[in-house]
Amino acid sequence: MSFEPLELAKDQVAIGKKSGKRPNVSAERTNWPAALIFSAPAVILLIVFLVYPTIYTIGLAFNRGRQGAFTEWVGLNNFVQLFTNDPSFINFKTFPPSGAIWNNILWIIFYTGFVLGLGLLVATLASRVRYEAVIKGIVFLPMAIAATALAVIWKFVYAPDANTGLLNAILGVIHVGPISWLGDTAFVNAALIAAGVWASVGFATVILSAALKGIPTEVLEAARTDGANERQIFFRIILPMVSLPMSVLAVTLIVNVIKLFDLIFVMTGGGPGTSSRVIAFTFYQDGLSSGQFGKAAAVALVMLIVLIPVMIFNIRRFRQAAVV
Amino acid sequence: MTQHNALAGPAIQEHPRTLAGRIVKVLNRTPIHIALAIIGLVWLAPTIGLLVTSFRPRSDIQATGWWETLSTLRFTAENYSAVLGAQGMLQAFINNLIISIPSTLLPLTIASMAAYAFSWVKFPFRDGLFLIVVALLMVPAQVAFIPVLNLFKPLGWTQGYIAIWLVHTAFALPFGIFLLRNFFITLPRDLIEAARIDGSSDIGIFRTIVVPLSVPAIAAYGIFQFLWVWNDLLMALVFVQKNTNYPMTLAIQSLLSQYGTEWHLLAAGAFLLMVVPLLVFFSLQRYFVQGLLAGSVK
Repeated sequence: MSFEPLELAKDQVAIGKKSGKRPNVSAERTNWPAALIFSAPAVILLIVFLVYPTIYTIGLAFNRGRQGAFTEWVGLNNFVQLFTNDPSFINFKTFPPSGAIWNNILWIIFYTGFVLGLGLLVATLASRVRYEAVIKGIVFLPMAIAATALAVIWKFVYAPDANTGLLNAILGVIHVGPISWLGDTAFVNAALIAAGVWASVGFATVILSAALKGIPTEVLEAARTDGANERQIFFRIILPMVSLPMSVLAVTLIVNVIKLFDLIFVMTGGGPGTSSRVIAFTFYQDGLSSGQFGKAAAVALVMLIVLIPVMIFNIRRFRQAAVV
Repeated sequence: MTQHNALAGPAIQEHPRTLAGRIVKVLNRTPIHIALAIIGLVWLAPTIGLLVTSFRPRSDIQATGWWETLSTLRFTAENYSAVLGAQGMLQAFINNLIISIPSTLLPLTIASMAAYAFSWVKFPFRDGLFLIVVALLMVPAQVAFIPVLNLFKPLGWTQGYIAIWLVHTAFALPFGIFLLRNFFITLPRDLIEAARIDGSSDIGIFRTIVVPLSVPAIAAYGIFQFLWVWNDLLMALVFVQKNTNYPMTLAIQSLLSQYGTEWHLLAAGAFLLMVVPLLVFFSLQRYFVQGLLAGSVK
């Protein structure tokens, strides 16, 4: 109760500042008890489990970090070691380069590309038939399944024995193989990316299908009346009109790749050797589970830095939306 | 003519009146039907293969591929009883429920409350704080692991369920607050102000107006969070350190490392992990897709 005059004063200041913008603001009082009750649980959890740990990990990345504590300041040494002295993280001495970072780049290019391309293909084809919902449902189904289960499904498809693995059985019909898809460094990344694409196409299909439905009928009919053929309609009208959802999707998929862990961990354990590792796998395997916490923190910081442009992109997009 | 048909091709092709016209239409579409049939097959075969395998006797699995099941037609539920019993999958299934239910309800409650504060309670720096929440959306969970483990270790929380509940809850908040706040601000201002003028408290407005009107958004977020937790491996790997508390993802991972090619066990285990998400997906597909669209495009 004793706070009330103070609150009222603040109210008036706030009203004075904002009344030009918002005519109804007088009904919206600055209500400290409500603000605290409603936001405190979330704010406390976010500070304890996200904000404070992020700051701590940034510091730890420049430390030896024994037992996860600040033991010895090492400057940039963790990063220098990672980028120059750890071929399983990044190795420029081979051509093409190899290592976890390189594999993440392969994932970004091929996973994102194929998911977007196939997603648009399925959405476009499905929109032309009556059983559209069935096809979209089938392709979307893997979205509900755990990466661990996907890993089992695809390990089974890729099984090297042609009496077990579907893919080698199919190749056997044309007298090729059997190929050890997950045991051969030449195939393992392509095989993993294919499984990842299979799991994510439905996501792209559903979103792009919604975008396709948003294209006004008049535009398409006008183009047809003017004599545009189907190819022109696709490249000149449909593609430009879905480019915004496509770019948002691409960003989401790239974020997926940076955080990718479960599928690799269960399907190959980063192997054979270290050939299918990704950044998040290195974080777990070399950093966390082997107790090298300074290195783990450095890897986590690399992940965070890669995601900062996405963070800025999201904030910009959000502010633009708020202004409009 | 609907939008759906507008995408399908020139208007002339619609509703052919003669038999010849219909045949031409079907033939024109044949490549599309073939392409979609191939797509459907590629997206169904891997899952169906594993489903069929999970019901085949071990000896059949080792002798022939699942696509030859039609020639043997022997099915058994033994694989399921083996993983549920001896392999501890029943306990893991229960652990999944113990982990997932609080890890869904807690963030649902806390995020809706915070989203209400960010949309309908006025306080200084509100919009700045909200932008920080938007930024936190992108923080990878890995960044938090070491300090949070340090925090839990002296308390022994990773030996129980508290650690996993707390981390799942905290990491679900940025997305939940973002999604729900964006929904809450679309509610009619007049309705909420009228309630305020009638003397409703914020708690009253939240409970009797905002939550009931936001059921679709809250449900979508709840389904998402539930599936996310149910399917999670990484968080459980780090924050559940007692094997009797392992969820199914960890149980399957250890099955794989112990018996890499015992497909009768792996197939049954994987399907036990999939059954709940599939049920949720089929029964609540509408909310699921709504949430997906709201979360990624808007």
